[in-house]
Amino acid sequence: MKTEFSPTFLNTPDGKLANEILRTCVHCGFCNATCPTYQLLGDENDGPRGRIYLIKQVLEDKPVTQATRTHLDRCLTCRNCETTCPSGVEYGKLIDIGRKVVEEKTTRGFKENLTRKALLNLLPYQSRFTPAIKLGQVFKPFLPKILAKKIPKKINAGKYPSNTHSRKMIILEGCVQPALSPDINAATARVLDRLGISLTRPKNAGCCGAVNQHLSDEEKALNFVKQNIDAWWEHIQNGAEAIIITASGCGAMVKDYAHLLRDDKDYADKAKKVTELCKDISEVISKEDLTPLQTQTQQRQTKNISWHPPCTLQHGQKINGVVEKILTDKGYNLLPVNDSHLCCGSAGTYSILQAKISQQLQANKIKNLTKHQPEMIVTGNIGCQTHLQEVSDVPVVHWIHLLDN
Amino acid sequence: MHLDSNTKDALLNQLKQIVAANYLLTSKEDLTPYECDGLSAYQRLPVAVVLPDTIEQVQKIVQACSQLKVPIVARGAGTGLSGGALPHEGGIILGLSRFNKILSIDTNNLTSVVQPGVRNLAITEAARPHGLYYAPDPSSQIACSIGGNVAENAGGVHCLKYGLTVQNIQQIKIVTIDGTLLTLGSETFDTPGYDLLALMTGSEGMLGIIVEIVVKLLPKPHAVKVLMASFDKVEDAGNAVADIIAEGIIPAGLEMMDKPAIHAAEAFAKANYPLDAAAILLCELDGDEDQLEEQVIVVEKTLKHAKASKIVIATSAEDQAKLWAGRKSAFPAVGRLSPDYYCMDGTIPRKQIAYVLQKISELSEHYDLRVANVFHAGDGNLHPLILYDANIEGELKTAERFGADILELCVKVGGSITGEHGVGHEKIDQMCVQFSPAELTQFFAVKSAFDPDSLLNPGKAIPTLHRCAELGAMHVHNGELPHPEIPRF
Ligand SMILES: Cc1cc2nc3c(=O)[nH]c(=O)nc-3n(C[C@H](O)[C@H](O)[C@H](O)COP(=O)(O)OP(=O)(O)OC[C@H]3O[C@@H](n4cnc5c(N)ncnc54)[C@H](O)[C@@H]3O)c2cc1C
Ligand code: SF4
Ligand code: SF4
Ligand code: SF4
Repeated sequence: MKTEFSPTFLNTPDGKLANEILRTCVHCGFCNATCPTYQLLGDENDGPRGRIYLIKQVLEDKPVTQATRTHLDRCLTCRNCETTCPSGVEYGKLIDIGRKVVEEKTTRGFKENLTRKALLNLLPYQSRFTPAIKLGQVFKPFLPKILAKKIPKKINAGKYPSNTHSRKMIILEGCVQPALSPDINAATARVLDRLGISLTRPKNAGCCGAVNQHLSDEEKALNFVKQNIDAWWEHIQNGAEAIIITASGCGAMVKDYAHLLRDDKDYADKAKKVTELCKDISEVISKEDLTPLQTQTQQRQTKNISWHPPCTLQHGQKINGVVEKILTDKGYNLLPVNDSHLCCGSAGTYSILQAKISQQLQANKIKNLTKHQPEMIVTGNIGCQTHLQEVSDVPVVHWIHLLDN
Repeated sequence: MHLDSNTKDALLNQLKQIVAANYLLTSKEDLTPYECDGLSAYQRLPVAVVLPDTIEQVQKIVQACSQLKVPIVARGAGTGLSGGALPHEGGIILGLSRFNKILSIDTNNLTSVVQPGVRNLAITEAARPHGLYYAPDPSSQIACSIGGNVAENAGGVHCLKYGLTVQNIQQIKIVTIDGTLLTLGSETFDTPGYDLLALMTGSEGMLGIIVEIVVKLLPKPHAVKVLMASFDKVEDAGNAVADIIAEGIIPAGLEMMDKPAIHAAEAFAKANYPLDAAAILLCELDGDEDQLEEQVIVVEKTLKHAKASKIVIATSAEDQAKLWAGRKSAFPAVGRLSPDYYCMDGTIPRKQIAYVLQKISELSEHYDLRVANVFHAGDGNLHPLILYDANIEGELKTAERFGADILELCVKVGGSITGEHGVGHEKIDQMCVQFSPAELTQFFAVKSAFDPDSLLNPGKAIPTLHRCAELGAMHVHNGELPHPEIPRF
């Protein structure tokens, strides 16, 4: 597609990248077909091709108002459009740039700003979020319904293995997962322990930076990114084989570190290494010999399950069929699920900032997932898990639990 | 032809009463993404975009426009490649994207009632559990709407054997320019009187707004095989196409791609295409098991005889789907090779394929622009993609001239200027080459019978005689076309 950027903007790293991406787009409209918001709203402005066009206008310095911002806000960043695009348009990178520029050029209302600030100041900090959730769990009966729904039941993490093996991997604790579902990483540690791998949990690592990144607060996001790299670096030098992520949302972000810091002279190389080592837990498990897990398996009760592939796994990290194979090999029956390429509507802070669309997607998703009466829904991202559990009658769990028995 | 501000105010006031505020777009920002369709080289801003979701709303919108004499351009998914949905500066875009429901599937009569905004592929997906499918499969089937397919009489890979859209629909409902709801066609196969359903098919939004369609469904064939043949010379592949058909075999699909297209498609679809081949042919055969075996043997022999260097036969549904996925994504995948492409759509007699390809490659050298060839070889429908860079001053113009030369070449060898993408805005001038003044006059008579004030997609598809004369493009002498014996359209 033709672009008319000002030479000044074209000379910035963002300008150069945006120009390359825009010029790959041939305006065929294939991507609209799989975009959840286009399906619901039917407006070209709320589909990827339209958003790409809007971003192009903004970057060409045409006047921009909240009209454009609203359409960009409504994007889930699910990146379904990237999977569909035959021309290889990197929409995810483009929207990050578009959002940043639009944020600079428009102002938000007081109330909207407050909500966004509150989320930015709470979610990425485990030291703040965990106590908040704990309080919430106590006071749940007294909270407004929309918030009460979002607070999960208290969960016991279970035991962390104390063995030390020569094979070591780092695990990202993240920020909200330890509060919402501390059992996931504990289960991962137990499974890997049986496979002869020890997990390291570096102290100073924190949030992956995704919350800030997706709310156009790149500066803070990069602070988190660098903090994590610093925290992991000595372990990497000591031979950690991988950085394991059990929430695919965080995984997609960490895999982007190399890109985000590509022009940072102190961090570019380290970030590249981190991105190379970053692995979704499914990528690690699928490469191991799983016989040690089999011995302990007794007669299981659960058999029929529905698998929800998170967008950040299937579209963000382009990992498809891996978890499915692990679970099928384990003897589970994965029920057919319509429209499994679509987002569940959680999408980070989206469920709070765009509640209406989020709830529609949630309702559609749960209908498809429960069509064949599964005993359990399994997924691979804490965001999807808590979002789906809100409206599900059957348990929604991380798939790693199915190997931890 | 802009709208004066009084009419505009009156129009917007009326439209506000008909649809909710968020489905009436009027700000420049919101309108801009509608300024073009799949052919993004041409742009125009409409006065407003209206997105109704009931037939009553469509009727009221059309009535309001009709009363105020405001042009209406219908838009489905906006994947059209001839600027058919290009807005009119003084008119509205009537978007049908929210009409996206499949209303019913009748497994006894093998039909389905669908709204016009339903995606082509969604129909087949919904029919699949019943062992049925909708045959016409444009490469854009993932995204294009069935309403747009009817309006363009779209074709696809499987049209060689199963026909174009017109052969695969049974009934439609349209809203006429005065707001009346009409049903054309019938539940049975034949209808007394003029075949208005066929007339509406391919009418490019110029005769009425299509608001409901009854499509025919087919049972899935018992067995399917897909052959992929590689060739060292493009011409050999072209000749192989004519040879296969000459054997009396009608494949379910017979498609060709040349080297640049193969490389681009492979990068996306990972279909295992041979990257060293100059061209490949994809040939799908279907039918009963026995019959199929025989056909495969004949086709294999024919291909070998036509100098195919390698033949692969895909038997599993998965491998077959992969081979087709590459072909179907080939246009946009070419976006990997070049920032812009100009997609041509001409038809030629099959025996001319090798000659025309040779000529195209000469033109490519002459204009110094690369070409990727992807096409429905079986029915002689060429899609040369002219690769250019819109950011380079003047390159679009060169691409356009190159394109016009290709289309004239098509007509010269006895073909036509559009196979399936329609005339729209883009090919209107070539219509002067294709049709005689007498024919164009008759086209206008049909148009004004439906739309006396010319409000439905005005200025598209049929050039005025005045326009043709001005263009001096009448390469037609005494109302006679080259090769008058060839039936057109
Ligand atoms: C990558 C790519 C590949 C393609 N491959 C093929 C192919 O193999 N075969 C093929 O035939 N085409 C192909 N096309 C062209 C295009 O997809 C078809 O013409 C399709 O039928 C257009 O449908 P649409 O819904 O996008 O219509 P639009 O582009 O929105 O509109 C097309 C025309 O139809 C009119 N229209 C739309 N809806 C209605 C309605 N409800 N009532 C009245 N008029 C209406 C519009 O006014 C316009 O004139 C391809 C396009 C792309 C981008
Ligand atoms: S599918 Fe890709 S090339 Fe086509 S419009 Fe979407 S982003 Fe652009
Ligand atoms: S990221 Fe998801 S919501 Fe956003 S445009 Fe792409 S498909 Fe649509
Ligand atoms: S993905 Fe979300 S929860 Fe996980 S670390 Fe990143 S911001 Fe925190």
